[in-house]
Amino acid sequence: MKTEPIVAPPTTPPSDPVVKGLTPRQVKHARQRRALARFWAQFRQNRMGMVGLVILLIFIAMAIFSIFADKGRLDPTIATSGPRLAGPSMQYPLGTNRTGISVLSLVVEGSRISLFVGLTAALISMILGTTIGMWAGYKGAVTDGVLMRVTDAFLVLPWLAFAIVMAAVLGQSLWMIIFIIGVTSWAGTARLVRAQVLSVKERTYIERSRALGASDFHVVSKHVTPNLMPVIFANTILTIAIAILSESALAFLGLGDPTSKSWGTVIDEAFSAGALTLHAWWWLLAPSLCIVLVVLAFTMIGFAMDEIVNPRIRER
Amino acid sequence: MGTQRYLLSKLGQLFLTLLIVLTIAFLLFRVLLPGDPVTTYLRSSGARYTPEQVEQLRHDWGLDVPIFPDQYIDFMTDSLTFNFGVSTTIVPGVSVSQLFWERMGKSLILIVTSTLAAIAIGIVLGIKGGWKRRGRLDNSSMGVSMVLYAMPEFVLGMILILLFANVVHWFPSGQYESHGVTYTGTAHLVDVGRHMVLPWLTLTLAYMGEFYLVMRSSLLDVLGEEYIALARAKGVREKFVLRRHAVPNALLPTITLVALSFGFILGGVLTVELVFSYPGVGLFSVDALQARDFAVLQATFMISVIAVLVANLIADLTYGYLDPRVRTA
Repeated sequence: MKTEPIVAPPTTPPSDPVVKGLTPRQVKHARQRRALARFWAQFRQNRMGMVGLVILLIFIAMAIFSIFADKGRLDPTIATSGPRLAGPSMQYPLGTNRTGISVLSLVVEGSRISLFVGLTAALISMILGTTIGMWAGYKGAVTDGVLMRVTDAFLVLPWLAFAIVMAAVLGQSLWMIIFIIGVTSWAGTARLVRAQVLSVKERTYIERSRALGASDFHVVSKHVTPNLMPVIFANTILTIAIAILSESALAFLGLGDPTSKSWGTVIDEAFSAGALTLHAWWWLLAPSLCIVLVVLAFTMIGFAMDEIVNPRIRER
Repeated sequence: MGTQRYLLSKLGQLFLTLLIVLTIAFLLFRVLLPGDPVTTYLRSSGARYTPEQVEQLRHDWGLDVPIFPDQYIDFMTDSLTFNFGVSTTIVPGVSVSQLFWERMGKSLILIVTSTLAAIAIGIVLGIKGGWKRRGRLDNSSMGVSMVLYAMPEFVLGMILILLFANVVHWFPSGQYESHGVTYTGTAHLVDVGRHMVLPWLTLTLAYMGEFYLVMRSSLLDVLGEEYIALARAKGVREKFVLRRHAVPNALLPTITLVALSFGFILGGVLTVELVFSYPGVGLFSVDALQARDFAVLQATFMISVIAVLVANLIADLTYGYLDPRVRTA
């Protein structure tokens, strides 16, 4: 991923020990493995990033567990044996809701939905933002002008007003919510990617590749994209945090999918049922705390990765 | 010359952005929206209209002309002149602009005071934190800011209600004023003020963290610049290095970022007004969403867009005024 040539010039001894007797592809893979190992070694030193990673792994385990958990306990139409609106106890560690369902089960089920929406929406946002940013930065001229005006428009769109209008017009299934969050959050990524492309495309190895007859597609996919991957990845992690927050706000306004309840939907139900006046704090706080912890975990990991990827920040 | 061109290019960009956003809004409200607003209006108002009267209404609302270009042009001019027609489901037949006008003041006072407070506190703390990086103040502010950033506004609001209205009864949990009692003069002001404390605190705390992070990182960027090293080498006292050389330059990018986050603040106001049943534009919009009153939602959307665009224009102009390099470039 560095600017060093794939095969060292014959006059100097090979600076890279893995180069000897390997095909270019093997050399590339060996370098990628080493870069990853180096990244992990740096990340492990970062306390904030590691704390975030541990929190995140706990919630991922929770989400995986929820796939196999017994769904019957979440169905209010099946008579639930639990007491209604009971506070935390040994049997119900996070209390119960108005229909006697354990809040712990609601939160475990919600972890899968919230994480799924966050990850998928961030993925859509990343693909949109990277494609548009790269296209604008690489092509330049009129293409750049047009794409950047559209990006600016999306950047200033008051996102919640835009999102509720879209959800009200287009419907509020889980996939529609994912699509809406993806479509409203790509602009920042596009600007970042464009700025990076502008600096990368002037480097000499791009010029060299072009002189050897490489097509635009080859240059972008083999030389520009790999160079941007670390920055894009760190940015995507931060986008996941924003996507989870966005989903919770939409769900709180009643725009969640009633058939797959995220943490936001649980908060909405509790709030609408008057949990505040009923003093049923556990019903509100359990899902809220989950949102805060997961968003915090992604933010911490994102900040840590930014520090490693972006040497300008590291120097501080 | 440079100044004029800068102004013109900024205004041109604003116009283009507005054109793009209005086109998206037109697609959503006029092309993709299922159902017919006249039918919805008649159903919810309960009025009995003869077919001729229905046709007349359709004509009055400009729905009997081709969708493009006639309706598109009408949509543009109506949006820019704040002519949003009448509400279709919440309060059928009442002018949307009037409904917004009645509620605007209550929201504005909340948004303006809390945003200014958040900016002021965030920036002051950000300067102190960035200056003594990894110091005690910086570490604790950093932790608090990250938690506040990770917390949805409505969650923060509910936590404050649980603490200050349920556990200790210091402040009311919602509404704009007490019902059942009529206060006059100062007593009324105090009553309204007490109701406003918790929503105000929620919005201030929610955005303070973000502005802290922005200001801190901007100051850290500036402190790495060579002109700071030069100022120190010249023997400028540390106090003045910060005040005269670092802070003014670090404030510049912060202006743009604060303006960009204005769109998020408006979204936050929507959920916070719902949590506190605060009768402003936000709560009204949530009601409109639940009643699927698209005339009102369209107004919410357009007013937010225009507010954000104006905020960004002001930021751009301030930036250009403070930093001559931007004007001449």
